[in-house]
Amino acid sequence: MIQIRGVHKSFGDLEVLKGIDLDVEKGEVVSVIGGSGSGKSTLLYCINAIEPINGGEIIVDDINVHKKNTDQNKLREKLGMVFQQWNSFPHLTVLENAALAPQVVRGLSKKDAFEIAMKELEHVGLGDKFDEYPTRMSGGQQQRLAIARALAMEPSYMLFDEVTSALDPELVGEVLDTLRLLRDDGMTMICVTHEIAFAKEVSDKVAFFHEGLIEEIGSPNEVLENPKKERTQQFLSKVLH
Amino acid sequence: MNLFTPLSWNDSGFILNGILNTIYISVVAIVIGTILGLIVGFMRVEANKVVNLFLGSALDILRSVPLIIQLILFSTYIGALGHPMDPFMAGSIILSLYTMAFMSEVFRSGFESVPNTMRTAARSLGMTYWQTVRYIRIPIGMRAVFPSWLGVALSVIKDSALVSVIGYMELLRTSEQLISRTQQPLTILLGVGLFYFIISYPLSLYGKYVERKMSI
Repeated sequence: MIQIRGVHKSFGDLEVLKGIDLDVEKGEVVSVIGGSGSGKSTLLYCINAIEPINGGEIIVDDINVHKKNTDQNKLREKLGMVFQQWNSFPHLTVLENAALAPQVVRGLSKKDAFEIAMKELEHVGLGDKFDEYPTRMSGGQQQRLAIARALAMEPSYMLFDEVTSALDPELVGEVLDTLRLLRDDGMTMICVTHEIAFAKEVSDKVAFFHEGLIEEIGSPNEVLENPKKERTQQFLSKVLH
Repeated sequence: MNLFTPLSWNDSGFILNGILNTIYISVVAIVIGTILGLIVGFMRVEANKVVNLFLGSALDILRSVPLIIQLILFSTYIGALGHPMDPFMAGSIILSLYTMAFMSEVFRSGFESVPNTMRTAARSLGMTYWQTVRYIRIPIGMRAVFPSWLGVALSVIKDSALVSVIGYMELLRTSEQLISRTQQPLTILLGVGLFYFIISYPLSLYGKYVERKMSI
């Protein structure tokens, strides 16, 4: 499980996270919502040790993420991450994109890495695109490739940072379908998202972030249908209309 | 008695030797200049301000002082210091450094063209810093600047003619000797010019072709 305890994070003078506590159990899907600048994406970057933290601790399984002697590359093998921008590697084919990290990071043979990559690409519906170059594909396809690329590392957790925000509206559906597929596989996921309806549908837990703190957390029904806090109500009324 | 003998087929071995020497020193300078340029270009992207200021000034000097002056200065002074160097060696060193100065700028812009988010994505897959450099930043960055790299390489082939001034028997010096013997400067220089054109023009066309293909 992922345990987040009293995490503080500042960029210069700006305190972005002001003491976040959050537990994510194995198999759970947690959606994080909130306005821009509320710190929700920053939290994902801290879980993945891409950003250092200024206080508190984050424990993934039994790895203390920000401890000095922690092997952060080993940690990242457990955590798949997909970003708003899909960041396909333009010099590699779709199959090579997904097979690179298994080969280089996990040290698998080319054959084994390609096998895993093929399996994951088929899973996200890119089984007919192995030899295509990603720059020739749509944003939705490239984002699914990014998901397959992360899955090919066989991570225990997946972190999604507003993965549909940069997509044309008609491409959002295919990516959300892929996330539903992962939920059905039992993948543990933290989704930072603006898709409230999607969060309502897939999440076990929804956390509403406001100015670096979790303002409200609970089941989708509690937080999204019957929010108790005024700020949550205000936020929802803004994004739902 | 006639002091001058006209150009004949007997000279072809001599000319070929000049051509091969031109190709030889150009390839050496391009290979060494590319390797050093890649390293220096990478350092310029990664290093702090102080190192960058130092590197930048050194590169500015190499780029701003005419190559012919660098060649003469280096080969004269290394000789005056008591370590005479054969013209090929001295020429290779200076031409390689000169090439490196231009290549490093090419590669620097190549590295800068790889978005930060691409690196973050690679790191998030568990790649180490150096794996990201090797598998993501170098291949993507190098591709982006291939046409510029080819441009620098082409000018190195042409600039290699200047190494003639320190006595290296490349094509130009070969032709100068032939001219003084045959007194046929027009024919010989036209031939030499044609050689450089035949080497350079197809390569520059290829560079344009790659550039067009990449922009699609």
